[in-house]
Amino acid sequence: MNQAFKLAWKYIFYHKLKSLILVACVFLTALLPIAMQILLWQFNQKIVARADQTPAVVGAKGSSLDLSLNAIHFKSGSVEPIRYAEVAKLLDRGAAQAIPIHARFTAQDYSVVGTTLEYFRFRNLSLARGGKFAMLGECVLGAELADSLGVDVGDYIISDRDNVLNLAGQSPLRLNVVGVLEESLSPDDFAVFVDVKTAWVIQGLGHGHQDLAAEAAESSKVLSRSDDKIVASPAVESYIEITPENIESFHFHGDTNEFPITSIIAISETEKAETILEGKYSDERLLQFTKPLADVRELMSLVFQVKRFFDANAILIGVSTGLLLVLVLMLSLRLRAREMQTMFQLGCSRGRIFQLQFAEVLIIVSVAAALVGLAVWGLAGISGQWIESILFARQ
Amino acid sequence: MIEIDQLKFRYPRSDFRLQIEKLSLGERCLGERGTGEGGIGEGQVEKIAVVGPSGSGKTTLLNLIAGIVAPSSGTIRVSDQEVTSLSDAQRRDFRAANIGMVFQRFELIEYLTVLDNVLLPFAINQSLGELRPRQEVVEQATKLIDSVGLASKLRRRPNQLSQGEQQRVAICRALVTNPQLILADEPTGNLDPKNKRLIIDLIFQQAEARNQTLIVVTHDQGILDGFDRVIDFDQFYVDDTEDLQPAGGEVSS
Repeated sequence: MNQAFKLAWKYIFYHKLKSLILVACVFLTALLPIAMQILLWQFNQKIVARADQTPAVVGAKGSSLDLSLNAIHFKSGSVEPIRYAEVAKLLDRGAAQAIPIHARFTAQDYSVVGTTLEYFRFRNLSLARGGKFAMLGECVLGAELADSLGVDVGDYIISDRDNVLNLAGQSPLRLNVVGVLEESLSPDDFAVFVDVKTAWVIQGLGHGHQDLAAEAAESSKVLSRSDDKIVASPAVESYIEITPENIESFHFHGDTNEFPITSIIAISETEKAETILEGKYSDERLLQFTKPLADVRELMSLVFQVKRFFDANAILIGVSTGLLLVLVLMLSLRLRAREMQTMFQLGCSRGRIFQLQFAEVLIIVSVAAALVGLAVWGLAGISGQWIESILFARQ
Repeated sequence: MIEIDQLKFRYPRSDFRLQIEKLSLGERCLGERGTGEGGIGEGQVEKIAVVGPSGSGKTTLLNLIAGIVAPSSGTIRVSDQEVTSLSDAQRRDFRAANIGMVFQRFELIEYLTVLDNVLLPFAINQSLGELRPRQEVVEQATKLIDSVGLASKLRRRPNQLSQGEQQRVAICRALVTNPQLILADEPTGNLDPKNKRLIIDLIFQQAEARNQTLIVVTHDQGILDGFDRVIDFDQFYVDDTEDLQPAGGEVSS
């Protein structure tokens, strides 16, 4: 058998291109389903783990999956906003904790998450550097985001315009970085955390500008003035950065209880309390109470159903590749008929000729298998990060 | 010696048949190898040419002697061994150990070097490979290649050699197992006139040096000088009729 392998290796080495093509065929046919399996497994692990850490979410009626993804992955999607007052209502209804999430905007394509400091405690997020946000306009960055943008405490990051073509829309807000979180291998690594009020400022619901009360009535910045109303001209300078000097000028028009948030993370002390809470939301016309784990599992069951088609496809491709390889082998045998005949005439047994063929196939399959092993090893190493970048990162 | 008796061979998928009533070849040396007392000395090797038109069954005769094909009936004895009574596997082993073959189209393996081609019989036949240490075999092959003037081309592949060189490699491959009998099927058929003589002389020289009986099938009348016997195969019959005619005799040169 040793001699058979030596001869087979010499044949393979001599026909490098043909052998490489065969190796590539086997390699790709084997790798694709395995790679998909690994990526899907990683995806499932990551998304389920995150969902499992989030007991329940309250938000607007609509797709519960979108709502869950908004609360746990900060994907804005098609989630309709709810009133901020729902946070207090949730607590009144028996939730131990209600954490608002207003994830609708982005800064340099990363999600800006308006929330409260309770969120950091809930997720056990600790600071690597700096502190938590304490005033309007301050933000805390996820570790990966800070790393990839090269931003640190003391730097700033500017929120993205909602629509770059709408010049009348809200201006981007300069967010001062006051802290950077420790890496948590979660979507939090890729988010910009601000106070929910800062998120409203980004949305244009709160703003700061020059003090018009101090301006003279004939100033070009005041169009009209009465006892309870000043109409400002476009010349009034709006601030795009909140500083200790101008923070007093920032204000919200309207009742903040009516201001929007995209979801609320609802934490109950016991399972029973959670069930009762869920029951209280069952009759809500505009709100829904959902469990991210169930939503994500439903999503994954759908994904796995789709995967079955891919599996069947992979099997068919595998079979067709196998048949093609057999065809190639048979054609090769036909081309090598004289060589085989010569060997036979020189005293080679049919079994030995079969051994030669077997050795060639075995070498090609072994090389392909080794390459698949290497690729799988490499993929297993990077797939986690890759999945995170797909699942957690930019909008 | 080779004795053929009442041999009939029917070609597969054909009405043609080869029939030889009685034929003796290589009487002087087979079974008497070596130069010991009672044996024959160097230069006394019998060199037989088998001539005849295309389709007369010359190659079939070689294949029958080599045990590559089995006759429909009759017997072939090579030395003391009745080849026709052996099983396929036994005939194969007998061929590997006792018969060296040279082909018209050289039949070198394209992906093997000159040295590997010469060593091929040992690589493909387990029993041969186990008989002698690898190093000894390699040394012998190297000497053989050296003796045919290809020492500098050990690592070349067949496509890097001229036709004459390729046939010399094929001769080395036939000789490397020290067979009793060399069967050459049109060994000069693909060579130019100058190379034809060189190759025939080389085969003679190597066979004589090793006391090997040589049977060369050819239709090239120009190379018959130097053969001890010339058998005109036209006198035997390859017939497509039911009535087989008796086999003829032989012609000495």
